[in-house]
Amino acid sequence: MKQNFGKRLLGALAAGFVTLILCGPISGIRLDGYEFESQFKIPLLFAAAVTLLRLLSDFIPWERVQADSGELQPGPERFGALSRTAFALAIFLVAASLPLMGSKYLLSISIVALIYVLLGLGLNVVVGFAGLLDLGFVGFFAVGAYGYALGAKYLGLGFWGALPAAALTAGLFGAILGFPVLRMHGDYLAIVTLGFGEIIRLVLNNWLDFTGGPNGVDAPPPTFLGWEFKRSATQGGTPFHEVFHLDYSPLYLDSFVYLALLSVVGLSIYGVSRLRRMPIGRAWEALREDEIACRSLGLNHVAIKLSAFSIGASIGGLAGVFFAAYQGFVSPVSFTFFESALVLAIVVLGGMGSLVGVVLAALFLTLLPELLREFSDYRILVFGIAMVLIMIWRPRGLIRMRRPYFPQEGA
Amino acid sequence: MASHTQALSRDPELLRVEQLSVRFGGIVALNKVNFTVQPGTITALIGPNGAGKTTAFNCITGFYKAHEGAIWLRDRDGQPQDMVQLQKGYFGGTHRVARAGIARTFQNIRLFSEMSVLENLLVAQHQLLNRNIISGIFQLPRFRASEAGALETARYWLKEVDLESSANLLAGSLPYGSQRRLEIARAMCTKPRLICLDEPAAGLNPRETEELAKLIQKLRGTHQVTVMVIEHDMSLVMGISDHVVVLNYGEVIASGPPDAVQKDPKVLSAYLGTEDEG
Amino acid sequence: MYVLGQQLVNGLVLGATYGLIAVGYTMVYGIIGMINFAHGDVYMLSAYLTAIALAVLSYWGLHSPWLLIVISLLFAMALTSLIGVVIERLAYRPLRKANRLAPLISAIGVSLILQNYVQLSQGARNQGVPTLIDGAFRFGNEQHFFQVTYNQLLIVVVAFFSMLGLNLLVSYTALGRACRATQQDREMAQILGIPADRVIAAVFAMGAAMAAVAGVLITLNYGSFDFSIGFVTGIKAFTAAVLGGIGSLPGAMLGGILLGLAESLFSGFVNSDYKDVFAFALLVSILIFRPSGLLGKPVVEKV
Repeated sequence: MKQNFGKRLLGALAAGFVTLILCGPISGIRLDGYEFESQFKIPLLFAAAVTLLRLLSDFIPWERVQADSGELQPGPERFGALSRTAFALAIFLVAASLPLMGSKYLLSISIVALIYVLLGLGLNVVVGFAGLLDLGFVGFFAVGAYGYALGAKYLGLGFWGALPAAALTAGLFGAILGFPVLRMHGDYLAIVTLGFGEIIRLVLNNWLDFTGGPNGVDAPPPTFLGWEFKRSATQGGTPFHEVFHLDYSPLYLDSFVYLALLSVVGLSIYGVSRLRRMPIGRAWEALREDEIACRSLGLNHVAIKLSAFSIGASIGGLAGVFFAAYQGFVSPVSFTFFESALVLAIVVLGGMGSLVGVVLAALFLTLLPELLREFSDYRILVFGIAMVLIMIWRPRGLIRMRRPYFPQEGA
Repeated sequence: MASHTQALSRDPELLRVEQLSVRFGGIVALNKVNFTVQPGTITALIGPNGAGKTTAFNCITGFYKAHEGAIWLRDRDGQPQDMVQLQKGYFGGTHRVARAGIARTFQNIRLFSEMSVLENLLVAQHQLLNRNIISGIFQLPRFRASEAGALETARYWLKEVDLESSANLLAGSLPYGSQRRLEIARAMCTKPRLICLDEPAAGLNPRETEELAKLIQKLRGTHQVTVMVIEHDMSLVMGISDHVVVLNYGEVIASGPPDAVQKDPKVLSAYLGTEDEG
Repeated sequence: MYVLGQQLVNGLVLGATYGLIAVGYTMVYGIIGMINFAHGDVYMLSAYLTAIALAVLSYWGLHSPWLLIVISLLFAMALTSLIGVVIERLAYRPLRKANRLAPLISAIGVSLILQNYVQLSQGARNQGVPTLIDGAFRFGNEQHFFQVTYNQLLIVVVAFFSMLGLNLLVSYTALGRACRATQQDREMAQILGIPADRVIAAVFAMGAAMAAVAGVLITLNYGSFDFSIGFVTGIKAFTAAVLGGIGSLPGAMLGGILLGLAESLFSGFVNSDYKDVFAFALLVSILIFRPSGLLGKPVVEKV
């Protein structure tokens, strides 16, 4: 299939030429009021890069890149149940010792990363397991975040009350919004959920009296057993450092949020991995594979989709509470469609349905821009390119979901 | 309605299709179709292409809503229940027909291809399992027992269709003939009283077809399930069925034992064509 | 009365532009059954291209408004068509045989790429173009009147003739026939020798060109834009396409105008803060209660 070099060069030059035409105006002419400044080096650079890439593309071992196309049969677990539990526990303990490092910066990026892990886990139930493309997932995140902030403001709801309350409310929202839309198929469902997500955000933005509109609303810092983690108590409890006769440190609050979040993430991972091996989780996956076959087996597809939708939404709601508690403040700008797209990128990149993949992708996509600060402007560009490439090369994600393996009886 | 109910309770049949009519736009796919299926028999539904066989199947298994008529299935207590009504209403639908005891396979195999063979059979038992979320998350004894039972049933059916060695393979990776057998096993895992097989021999070689015939007879004989089958392979149909219903242009043109139907002039002209047809 | 008149005029103008963008959604959905999520961003690109063309042309000393409009229109149409084709070739064609969600996810990726690319190249701030055509027809007296600006008139007239042209193209040319055949049954069309891939590329080009027409007209009318305008306008245009019946060209225009009128009347008489909520609620309700739209055919489930 290899063409001769002349032809390849011609093809590469043509690609470069098209790039030049396409990027020329947008990259080469930078608008400045009604005037402009030209910077033709950039499109020329682009064109050269595309030409070069096109030439080099023949040397890429495509079969390796697309290794996914081969079937991966389920195999027996490599490690016993005990060693797997020990491994999980070890990871948890290592992660839990992070606050001892004493770095506020490290804590705060870890909290953000874990919030995305939680969001990824929630959306993974909906998209990865049940195959329902939910583009309004950020709506449930918003329900959780605003649930905590508004609950504290109007009902005096505390952090620990807000967690189950937000999970329930978000789940209920999921069920209510899901009920009418779950009868429709694939991409229409995606657009309707996107519509719902935007409606939630716009209502939060416009309902000044209740939500504070674009100015947002304050969320109180979380407490634990009546201990507060501020320098002085503001919510009628006792400051944590006074209880234990420690010096005050601003790290206490973040450490507490981090540990609570880590526990919830751990529990969610356990719960979701259990769900996969339960009738309900199997039904989700079956529904993703073939809805008509499911109905012929007596499965109520609407109810099953609804359960996926609301369990995913609950996890999104939990993430929202942590987001509000950590930031101390929520406003509608945190809940744009872009956030939904980002969480979707996490699920797609990690591998739809694969828990390990989603956790790693969430950590990767949130920590990488932090580590490479100078590239953080290009973050979205990279996400977009990753989404397209993953769909083309490895539609099942970088880490493919492992199927449960059932050993022979007596083995 | 009442008179039909009475009529049905006198006769022993499992399924009675009454005056079933389906239209797609202006096209009449089924026109006042009547037939019955006796319990413990193998009933074949045959007819030329476009005769309405698959439409009839889709009505019986709850995928299409009949415009007129009724489909009575006798429930476990012997009371007739109208499948057409089970599809109606907000909570109605195909799944309720399936739960009433009608299972099916599909002409163009519909397995959960990205799931393992065993998982396919576990999904089929969904309605019969412990689905309590708490019980499942904490792996309570009730849940473990239910799952163990389900695995046992699944393995039993794998043995029955000769797929034991493929238990942990992805369903989509099986060869075609095995996929057909797996689909039958999956339908049987719902513990149906009537199983509808939509062209089960399509794409099979003669040896596989022979095995399929044995399997179908075993379903009826060993497992006490009533079988309905749509099939184009006449030797298979004539070899295994007790009763044959012939459809043409959406109407029943003949029904009876295979050898009688085979000689029916209307059937012959439907298959071989008459002067007025091209 | 005059307020109503003004809202109707505004609605019609808005609707005409929605209709132009909706064409791209409806044609692409009709032919390959995917929602081209990046279509709104193609429209956004055309707004930038218009501004760039205007800036460069006036730098070169061209000042005749009509010549400026025509040249930038042709420039934007040509370039966005090419962009549409390239997007299809790179991000959607490899997914022709993938599952249904893959092209949509890829399209979301493309949408992110386009937005971020423009943001990085042109900056995040608002951009603008100078007013080229000024003036309006006024109806009524000094205190109470409604007006149709020349810009608005231009939008309606150009939108009408672009739609007419597209309809003629699809109805009477060999390319149009190939498009309709491919839409009906791609495999059969391929067997009959229609190069389906090229037809699909042509559909993307036509859709993008129409979005460019809308982009130029809207930019001339409102004067300002930024890299994120594609999202909401795109969703609204998609709503218009669904409202009219996805896959139907006249439906897209009808849906666009109805949506424009509804949105304009809602923001004029009910609440302008919630006009986007209204549009999204309309989208959700149409998809739930009448997914086949006004002129579309209901889909029969295949078992």
